[in-house]
Amino acid sequence: MREFRIFVQKEFFHIFRDRWTTLILLVLPVLMIILFGFGITTEIRNTKFAVYDPSRDAATQEIVNKLESSDYFTLDSYLSSPGDIEQLFKEGRVGFVIVFGEKFYQSMLHTGDAKIQLIADGTDPNTASILTNYATALINTYQQELFASQLIAESGKRGITAETRLLYNPTLKSAYNIVPGIMGMILMLICAIMTSVSIAREKELGTMEVLLVSPMKPFLIILSKLVPYFTISIINYITILLLSVFVLKVPIAGSLVLLTALSLLFIFVSLSFGILISSLVEKQIVALLISGMLLMMPAVFLSGLMFPVESMPQVLQWFSHILPVKWFIIAVRNVMIKGLGFSSIIKEVAILTGMGIIILMASIKKFKYRLE
Amino acid sequence: MTHSTPHKISDTPAISCRNISKSYGKVNALHDITFDVQQGEIFGVIGPDGAGKSTLFRILTTLLLPDTGDATVEGFDVVKEYKKIRKIVGYMPGKFSLYQDLTVEENLRIFATLFNTTIEENYHLVKDIYSQIEPFKTRRAGALSGGMKQKLALSCALIHKPSILFLDEPTTGIDPVSRKELWEMLRKLKSQGITIIVSTPYMDEASLCDRIALIQNGSFLRIDTPDNIVKSFGNRLISVRGENMGELLKRLREIPGVISCFAFGDSHHVAAEKSSNQLNSLTADTLAENLKKQGYTNLEVKNIEPGIEDCFMELTAK
Repeated sequence: MREFRIFVQKEFFHIFRDRWTTLILLVLPVLMIILFGFGITTEIRNTKFAVYDPSRDAATQEIVNKLESSDYFTLDSYLSSPGDIEQLFKEGRVGFVIVFGEKFYQSMLHTGDAKIQLIADGTDPNTASILTNYATALINTYQQELFASQLIAESGKRGITAETRLLYNPTLKSAYNIVPGIMGMILMLICAIMTSVSIAREKELGTMEVLLVSPMKPFLIILSKLVPYFTISIINYITILLLSVFVLKVPIAGSLVLLTALSLLFIFVSLSFGILISSLVEKQIVALLISGMLLMMPAVFLSGLMFPVESMPQVLQWFSHILPVKWFIIAVRNVMIKGLGFSSIIKEVAILTGMGIIILMASIKKFKYRLE
Repeated sequence: MTHSTPHKISDTPAISCRNISKSYGKVNALHDITFDVQQGEIFGVIGPDGAGKSTLFRILTTLLLPDTGDATVEGFDVVKEYKKIRKIVGYMPGKFSLYQDLTVEENLRIFATLFNTTIEENYHLVKDIYSQIEPFKTRRAGALSGGMKQKLALSCALIHKPSILFLDEPTTGIDPVSRKELWEMLRKLKSQGITIIVSTPYMDEASLCDRIALIQNGSFLRIDTPDNIVKSFGNRLISVRGENMGELLKRLREIPGVISCFAFGDSHHVAAEKSSNQLNSLTADTLAENLKKQGYTNLEVKNIEPGIEDCFMELTAK
């Protein structure tokens, strides 16, 4: 036990005597939460728009007011001719331009073919489609209100209007999506990447050679490496939760105990992954590349953190199933955001447990008691 | 578990190696190595870089598996009983293998703990060596000089009182003074009854060993005491010094009676046949005369005693 304790201590020395390692382990999670939570956001906030309005009647005025009074948009300017539109986009001054047809209000009431055109910058298709969706939604609201006030007269023209309501995240805050994803990424980063790199470092520097020629069980050497990273993962888990609740205002809807148990399970899976990678490679850079390419990149792209998995090609969707982080993120969403109980995540928990056991067995089997 | 008293079975050799071969892919790192190391001797494995020294050490320290052959360390098989061997040997790899970001004392403490002992308990074992670096015990190992690093590494390898010490190129890359000190320490350790097997690329260190094995391209050329190896040098050895050494080397090799000629620092060593027929025999005098006839002046030609390196060259030339 004494040797185990001194080896854990040694590992902490390695971490805290290297400024960059310390920084990565403790500051990176905070940075990521803040960056993803505030900076890289899919929310629309105070986007400028311009208007070309040849009609200048009550209806167009009402629509512009509606857009401007929302949090999403601010009015930049009225344009005197449609020819100015391109210049505006070239200057990058506005997110979109709204163009009304002539005699807008009259056409709407009588012929029913009042025209509105929304022009957005397609070089950034994501933002463009979000902007136009938001604007369209606002215009539709106006239309419904208008018809409601003239209910009797226009009842025949109403048709069907779909009303969308987003559950669990009514205000469409992207932080709701970001927090489970960041949690998955950070825990994976610290457990898998840092563990595999730290074991590979012992091999690369030749210290593993000396450690092996000793009575200490290799199993204990590895275990002593896991303890510090496990501890740091727990610290980061707490940091992420605190930041998300108090800074990003994402509440923990479900049971904290369940969420913690789930995270511990995921930490166990990630640590096993780290050991497996380290038992396959000899060099730190290879460990870093493998864990980076094999774990982090797919974690970002295929876990549904940034893009919905459902819209990906079938092959990539299959591939995403083998990523532990994907199941973790789904389960965290269920517990943390939706506030569901254990019964809702049985499948995810079972998959993660299975993966953990398989990976751990593989890494024990692959573990080398010699140099080859 | 107590390994503080290494068991010694005086009639079993400390190391016994039978027909060990090892290859990496197509590269034959070791070929049919057979030798014994007796209890309490300093056994040197001497040869150039890439000769297979480290591979041999790693097989004996149970870090690599031999392709064929058997080896035992203190009577334990290196493959089947590797766990027992790992408890009783001290190993210092060729590359500096301590934690550079930990202090001198922390390193020593870790290695003491690794073998279930403490610095305090076995301080007397490493006192001679460790006392020299103890003033710097709070310094990080990475900030030590080459010689001090080796002393620390040796302390770490010794702290658990191993019965056999494996030192892979301990003197490579350190200054001559530290080299000398290190060898003095090895003599002291030998007097405490520790068997030492040491590898080195420096031929001049051979005479400091009890017995040596000359290794080249994965094969042992010769195993004997340094004296016997030198005595067995079969030719007359003549040292030649002069101007234009490059061309002189070529010319020397063309002279009849010259078996081989190699550049040794600032002179050429010429191996000449010791013939019973005095007339044909090439001596320092006849060689000097021959060269003078060819127009060389300012020559210093003399008979010399062969060293290990001359023997090594003779053996590799065969």
